[in-house]
Amino acid sequence: MSDDVTLRIGSEHDILAARQRGRELAQEAGFTGSDLTLIATAISELARNIVEYAELGEIAISVDRTNGRHGIVVVASDSGPGIPDVELAMQDGYSTGRSLGLGLPGARRLMDEFEIESVVDRGTTVRMKKWAVAPALQQR
Amino acid sequence: MAIPILKQGPYLIASIESAVVDADLDRLREDVGQRVGDARCHGVVVDVTELDVMDSFTIRTLLDIARVARLRGAEAVIVGIQPEVAFAMVQLGLRLEDVATALDLEEGIALLESVPAGSADVG
Repeated sequence: MSDDVTLRIGSEHDILAARQRGRELAQEAGFTGSDLTLIATAISELARNIVEYAELGEIAISVDRTNGRHGIVVVASDSGPGIPDVELAMQDGYSTGRSLGLGLPGARRLMDEFEIESVVDRGTTVRMKKWAVAPALQQR
Repeated sequence: MAIPILKQGPYLIASIESAVVDADLDRLREDVGQRVGDARCHGVVVDVTELDVMDSFTIRTLLDIARVARLRGAEAVIVGIQPEVAFAMVQLGLRLEDVATALDLEEGIALLESVPAGSADVG
């Protein structure tokens, strides 16, 4: 059960707590070195988006152990204003807030899988995943 | 908690701790702008050795601090970016183009010493 954790995100301190907890879970799941930093950074970007745009939300972090591979799954969800144009928000340099506009596209590059669903006035959910062992067929 | 700014010779040194929050960085940006004038400093070193994560907001604020320092007539150098953090920054697509960096505090100060006062064109 210690593999799953859901964190309330509503302040800067929660951003810090989320990335620290994410790093711990990733370490338990077998991630090492720079992967830990990549995961913590991606979590930080998503947590920051929640605080910046939705004010309140949550981040669920879990470890996926299927077919002998270990992965970490991060789901960030909020009931905030939503993103009118997801495609635009996924472009580098696009920002309506105090960031460099690299939050969402950057987080996507840090992880192996990335899905985003957003409905205006309903909220946003981002689901991202990273594998501890790179998928065999993945070309880098 | 405010990030302390130490004065060493003609330079200011700010070391950022790992548990830094946005408000601390915002305040550091204001403090640097003020202290550069008060102390009549020619250079600012921002030490990020302790930071194990630098997301896009953190980077943006660091760039702002460096630019504020430069507009106030001081050079700024960011030192101590950890190798994993550097890799994450590359993946994120973050660039520090116009801001000088150095390996550590010692190298940062050496870099500032090599720049003539008033010439704002390192990095």
